[in-house]
Amino acid sequence: MTANGWLQIVFYLAVLTALTPVLGGYMARVYQGQPLLLERVLEPLERFVYRLLGPSARSEQDWKAYAKTTIVFSAVFFVVLYVILRTQGIHPFNPEGFDSGPWDLSFNTAASFVTNTNWQYYGGETTLSYFSQMAGLAVQNFVSAAVGMAVLAAVIRGLASRGARELGNFWRDVTRTLLYILLPLSFVGALILVSQGVIQTFSGWVSYQTVTGVDQTLALGPGASQIAIKQLGTNGGGFFNVNSSMPFESPTQFSNFVELLFILLIPAALTATFGRMVGNRRQGWAIYVAMLIMLVVTIGVGYAAESNGSPAQEAAGIEVDAGASDVDVEGSDEQAGGNLEGKEQRNGIATSVTWANATTAASNGSVNSAHDSYTGGGGLPLLFNMMTGEVVFGGVGSGLYGMLLMVLLAVFIAGLMVGRTPEYLGKKVEAREVKLVMIGTIVVPLLVLVATAIAIASEHGDVSIFNPGPHGFSETLYAYTSQGNNNGSAFAGYTGFVQPNAPGNPGAYGITFADLIGGLSMFFARFVPLLAALGVAGSMATKRISPAGPGTFRTDTPTFVALLIFVVVLVAALTFFPALMLGPIVEGLTDSLVFPG
Amino acid sequence: MRRDLTASIAAALAFTVIFGIAYPLITTGVAQVLFPGKSDGSRIEREGETVGSSLIAQSFLTHEEIPEAEREEGGPKAIKAPDPRYFQPRPSVTTYNPAGTGFSNLGPNNKELANRTAQLLENYLELEGPFTPELGEDDVPVDAVMTSGSSVDPHISIANARIQANRVAEVRGIPLDRVNDLIDENTDDRDFGLLGEPGVNVLELNLDLDEETT
Repeated sequence: MTANGWLQIVFYLAVLTALTPVLGGYMARVYQGQPLLLERVLEPLERFVYRLLGPSARSEQDWKAYAKTTIVFSAVFFVVLYVILRTQGIHPFNPEGFDSGPWDLSFNTAASFVTNTNWQYYGGETTLSYFSQMAGLAVQNFVSAAVGMAVLAAVIRGLASRGARELGNFWRDVTRTLLYILLPLSFVGALILVSQGVIQTFSGWVSYQTVTGVDQTLALGPGASQIAIKQLGTNGGGFFNVNSSMPFESPTQFSNFVELLFILLIPAALTATFGRMVGNRRQGWAIYVAMLIMLVVTIGVGYAAESNGSPAQEAAGIEVDAGASDVDVEGSDEQAGGNLEGKEQRNGIATSVTWANATTAASNGSVNSAHDSYTGGGGLPLLFNMMTGEVVFGGVGSGLYGMLLMVLLAVFIAGLMVGRTPEYLGKKVEAREVKLVMIGTIVVPLLVLVATAIAIASEHGDVSIFNPGPHGFSETLYAYTSQGNNNGSAFAGYTGFVQPNAPGNPGAYGITFADLIGGLSMFFARFVPLLAALGVAGSMATKRISPAGPGTFRTDTPTFVALLIFVVVLVAALTFFPALMLGPIVEGLTDSLVFPG
Repeated sequence: MRRDLTASIAAALAFTVIFGIAYPLITTGVAQVLFPGKSDGSRIEREGETVGSSLIAQSFLTHEEIPEAEREEGGPKAIKAPDPRYFQPRPSVTTYNPAGTGFSNLGPNNKELANRTAQLLENYLELEGPFTPELGEDDVPVDAVMTSGSSVDPHISIANARIQANRVAEVRGIPLDRVNDLIDENTDDRDFGLLGEPGVNVLELNLDLDEETT
């Protein structure tokens, strides 16, 4: 660990915190229909979309109507994406002539993008045409993110409602999110990235001879436009197989910082949006602080572990301390040290670890280093971040509505302890809400554990595992935790796709078992908590707001922040501790090496 | 239900056109005008020919054909070894292929990782040892023996470059100070003096060296 490393982490979190109320306030204006500067440019487009959508965009919806529209909308987009992937071979913008995808892999990929997971069993540059990347995946990057944020807006309206049953209109929320939040941020972000060297072109691949006469081929494409939104929309699916480790996705330390900031920007700012929309900014800050504290702890643990290097490095006899060298060469101590396997030199240990934790906390899933090569202590916080159910920042929209379920659980537990009817934002939390909260918080971990158990116990799961021993178990657990929480990051060794003759698809096939179990996990993980949150909002909407009295348990104090963290950690720990013992904890406790095969 | 369905299909069309086609096209147009070289992959030309991208590592190996009579059956057709005149990039698991990126995926307790790292360590000492006699195992920078996230990492650490400088200077017959100056010129420092880690761009440095000696 170095002072500079810690300073970078602090700087990152400070910038994030400073931007939270700025963007959060703006987004509150978007959802409350207040005038925006951008409307001068984009309002004609907004009106055009509403005209296309017909009468649906006009009426207010209660929670059931809102939920129904969300489901139908997502189903249609799933079918569209699946068809695009399956018929890739006949579409334009396919200079490398890639074939259509296998059915099982296409199912997994379509599920992955519609649920805002962006799990990558496919290899970006070796299987997907520009058309599939743009018209298929990039569209989903925008749309699935907008769906999460729209649903959050509806949930917040329900909590803040003064008796009205309606939670807003899905179409308006989605359209305004897309046009006034995601589009401008992505456009500016993409240009910043190109200024650093991220590719953005429609020309085909470029081949040449290197300085020493070796053939090399550059895979190019419209990268920056997709990379900006995959970071902003907690999508994460990369243009290249290795995601933002690839210099064409993130060429400089600054581009790395911008992309890292984009991971948490919207999920963090939405806490401020929440505070404004419920009329009490402290409520938003309380949730933000709880999230931030959990993130800081996981980054700290991961940074310490990765700086110490891996057992494999120790066995090979490498010195891993940053700056440790007594050889008499000037400057020979200027190196990053630590476990640099799978990490880029320009990123070093500190920002790689910060990214890894931000991306797992935020349900983003993009990577700038190979998580599979993280040490036990470095990988554990990543798993833990996802196992909290993606509520530590979490996906755009989905993270905060998931966290609000946790908040209600915390309020309920506090109510049990003091023997009063629990209240949140002045509204009573009763049996119906608590039941929905339980469904919303239990289904996801259940899915993860069942899927992992089946994959480990059956031979179908074996073919997907890459590393031997406990790390192989970690890979499996990570894969289903990631998909079962709509995260999408990977211990990439675990595979659902085989492509013997890359690039191009000939001879490639999906691994049906892994693709299907994973795809189904992603659907349930997305829609069960979503429906539970909307249901809670629907029943809270019509409740009377009672004024706060001296006996009210306040939810904007440090005490509540501590209680909320306790509940989140407790739920995750009770559910997942046994599974963690078998994987990363065993790895972390042992120095012994395992032979493959 | 019907109303939701028709509206969803209309939305699928509208959003595909706006976000799938218009957005990337407009972004590409603006990017190509504002940052023409960078949006096309930061290619480097020498004598009018593209020889690489400043963001993508390439190998610097000697290539010595084995005469057909001496080839073993199924064995290699040529001997490849690090070219001592050039700085060497970080090791790669994809033979520096930017069109099929990958990382090793080897876990921290994997014996294969330990063996591979030990092998790379030995290779490094063999190459640099003669020119930096006091170099020991525990002096070798981590980046020299661990593969990167992209396998085309264009940078090496300053420590790695300084050690290799002894070899390059001697083999090329250039003063060490001059080589070190070139390293400084091709070092990408931390942005704002804070972000990330400094790295030396291997391809740009090697091209500068070639220019120096011709």
